[in-house]
Amino acid sequence: MGVDGIGARVARKEDRRFLTGKGRYTDDMSVPGMKYAVFVRSPHAHATITGIDSTAAKAMPGVIDVLDGKQLLADGIGNLICGWMIHSKDGSPMKMGAWRPLADRTVRYVGDAVAIVVADSVAEARDAAEAVVVDYDLLPVVTDPVQALAEGQPQLHPEAPNNLIFDWELGDAGAVDRALGAAAHVTELKIYNNRLSPNPMEPRATLGIYDAGDDHYTCYTTSQNPHLARLVMSAFYNVAPENKLRVIAPDVGGGFGSKIYIYPEEIVCLWASKRTGVPVKWTSDRTEAFLTDAHGRDHVSTVKMAFDAGNRITALKVDTIANLGAYMSLFSSCVPTYLYATLLSGQYDIPAIHANVRTVYTNTAPVDAYRGAGRPEATYLLERTMETAARELGISPAELRRSNFIRSFPHQTPVIMNYDAGDYEASLNAAMTAADWNGFAARKAEAERRGMKRGIGMSCYIEACGLAPSAAVGSLGAGVGLWESAEVRVNMVGTIEVMTGSHSHGQGHETTFAQLVADRFGVPIDSVNIVHGDTDKVQMGMGTYGSRSGAVGMSAIVKALDKIEVKAKRIAAHLMEADENDIVFEDGSLKVAGTDKAVPWSQLALSAYTAHNLPPGMEPGLKEGAFYDPANFTFPAGCYICEVEVDPETGRTKIVQFVAADDFGNVINPMIVEGQVHGGVAQGIGQALLEGVYYDDSGQLLTASYMDYAMPRADDLPSFKVSTSNTPCPNNPLGIKGCGEAGAIGSPPALINAITDAIGNNALTMPATPEKVWAAAQAAN
Amino acid sequence: MAKITMTVNGRQVSGVCDDRTLLVHFIRENLGLTGTHVGCDTSQCGACVIHMDGQSVKSCSILAAQAAGSSITTIEGLAQNGELHPVQAAFKAHHGLQCGFCTPGMVMTAVDMIRRHGSDLDEATVRAELEGNICRCTGYHNIVKAILAAVHETGGVRQAAE
Repeated sequence: MGVDGIGARVARKEDRRFLTGKGRYTDDMSVPGMKYAVFVRSPHAHATITGIDSTAAKAMPGVIDVLDGKQLLADGIGNLICGWMIHSKDGSPMKMGAWRPLADRTVRYVGDAVAIVVADSVAEARDAAEAVVVDYDLLPVVTDPVQALAEGQPQLHPEAPNNLIFDWELGDAGAVDRALGAAAHVTELKIYNNRLSPNPMEPRATLGIYDAGDDHYTCYTTSQNPHLARLVMSAFYNVAPENKLRVIAPDVGGGFGSKIYIYPEEIVCLWASKRTGVPVKWTSDRTEAFLTDAHGRDHVSTVKMAFDAGNRITALKVDTIANLGAYMSLFSSCVPTYLYATLLSGQYDIPAIHANVRTVYTNTAPVDAYRGAGRPEATYLLERTMETAARELGISPAELRRSNFIRSFPHQTPVIMNYDAGDYEASLNAAMTAADWNGFAARKAEAERRGMKRGIGMSCYIEACGLAPSAAVGSLGAGVGLWESAEVRVNMVGTIEVMTGSHSHGQGHETTFAQLVADRFGVPIDSVNIVHGDTDKVQMGMGTYGSRSGAVGMSAIVKALDKIEVKAKRIAAHLMEADENDIVFEDGSLKVAGTDKAVPWSQLALSAYTAHNLPPGMEPGLKEGAFYDPANFTFPAGCYICEVEVDPETGRTKIVQFVAADDFGNVINPMIVEGQVHGGVAQGIGQALLEGVYYDDSGQLLTASYMDYAMPRADDLPSFKVSTSNTPCPNNPLGIKGCGEAGAIGSPPALINAITDAIGNNALTMPATPEKVWAAAQAAN
Repeated sequence: MAKITMTVNGRQVSGVCDDRTLLVHFIRENLGLTGTHVGCDTSQCGACVIHMDGQSVKSCSILAAQAAGSSITTIEGLAQNGELHPVQAAFKAHHGLQCGFCTPGMVMTAVDMIRRHGSDLDEATVRAELEGNICRCTGYHNIVKAILAAVHETGGVRQAAE
């Protein structure tokens, strides 16, 4: 390992621009003639539009134009789509209702876009938006997913009777029922997974530029996957063919899933730019973000877990209702199905599993993947159940888990997944040691003397990252392939540019990916640049989500580097009149092994481009591209332990320690990986303790600002104890599993298990606010 | 409309804006200093923190006109002669930033915090002082670490006081 190579804690190359105010986010972009957009949004959760009058608005100062859904429809702009087909267990396809980028007839949630105002300034556009008169006939509203399925409820889409999108199952129901019938013990639980708002700190924004000279569109946007955005806008929304549409996602201020999707605003701003003849920029305010960014989670489940007399799990039965909101967002269908039910085996050897999932429409914002996406829901359900079972069975939660761990690999679960590698006991032991598990009783006794209730809880999670292979996800309904692409361009002087289809919005790719290249060729990390986020610069890409950039994105770079290495060695061998099998990289040169013959890297690069003396028949240049399609998912896993003190007088929970012991496979930059865990754990603690999206019965969002939605602040959180005990992933060239979502997946059950342990009452839902904890503690007394 | 003159990062600047223009929009739109960010509508997130006459201020919470005649430092004015301020350097050394969006406000708040508390800063105080700055990426772990390091390991106290 060099100082900048694989495994080194290299400080980030991208930090300087962020620290000095030189970051380039979408809202920072300005182009000549640019105007500003504000959207007119529905104030009602369900209504028929009977008329839109923008006459007064158009006459207001600074207003360029006001455009609505009828014009959008007339111009042939298509519906927003969900790109993953799920079939119900009766074989029928999911019921996708129409989602217009600007609603022309019906609005289905508060915040549904109705019209766009373009003006000289944001303030003028906002004034005019308030002057657009929209007549609504109100319709009845349903926001609760269980209620929405009942007979006689308000109907959101004619395509979906009883608001049911699909009724899907996975696993062997008969085997599960037989095991439940024969069980020595059955643990039953009802599980709520609270609805969350992702809240990247940079609100969504887009700048649409239509160039009439070339009939060409440019879209700056806050996207995690600009190529996918281009594909969808081109193939489904009829904005422009791909060769006439450039999508640029410059610096993006966090995503957490919410910036995967293609929303109405980027489509409408591009269209409006052509209609008005001016570049159109829109930046979400925070209330709009709460209203319209895709939410996460929102499951209601019942679970039954069967045990034999030896406390071995014999079956798991899960029934889940998942709220998908008013419309099917881009990947909404795969989150509560293939990203959820397939993970219900957890770290345990469970012979039979059956999951039934019904997804429903409600008059709420669309719900889609949020950090973890399905896997936090599976983990929370499973790990709350394990902890509950341990209490019911009267054995240690660690021992119950230990005695049910999967111990040989590969392991085929009953729910599709084939785990390739892992050592769950190593993580459990590491976490218990770091948390001083054995000293807990003494700490609890000491806390009791101070009048505090102390509790400890654990969670053993598994997740699946890097969705793959493309053929497999295609057979499960995915509308795209889930490979990644890379291009490595060695410049004439030996500096290197890597064009990657992954997208960094905080993950530090500009550093980690450069470490990989520096390590491979022995060149300084500062001579390597990582280029991403621009469809004109990067050949193709699928973007960053599902913790895929290391395992899939970097593997594509490795493939391209392999090709570079082969060609470079051939050139070096030719120049030094040696056998190419004898050429080695050493100290920034290509050397003939065992001799003092060497060609510096920079000279090799120049030779490739001067082409004065290349092997016969070789093309000039040193630039290679590659696509990488993984052979399998990767399976990060770990054990998290949380210790809390609850004040019985106030119900306030204080996290006194939080331990994370993860298995991420090989690690390129431990500093960045630890940062990912910190952030993920903080979001998981936010879910468990603080955060919740709430609508009232009329569909008004009650949590639409940071004064109402409790984001984790610095003084809500402790410093974290993190460590890794890694088993390399056997299925990709770097042995990487992925680390982006683990923290958010593993932490909520650990925290709730700790609080319920402290207060002696297992009936507690997230978020565990002081009011709820106080009431649960009182009920236990 | 208001014509406003102020000193920003050591240079006198003027601009014309709506009376209702917030200082943060004046800084971003009129002056083109886009390092100061807007992350919320309710003065909670702190992405817009700047220094006004030596004190940290959320630039979304005052009008540009109210800042007329004042001396403003934004994130762009913190590094001197190409050298990162010790607080900026500590954020880099300790991975105190990920997406970078909250970072300018975090750094400006940290500099002010260190100016006021000096070497008395401990973890609990740093966490309490960060109440008005929200970060979604880091879980604050490395931000707290960076601020404490800037206080105790580098010249952060000295430079913040200058």
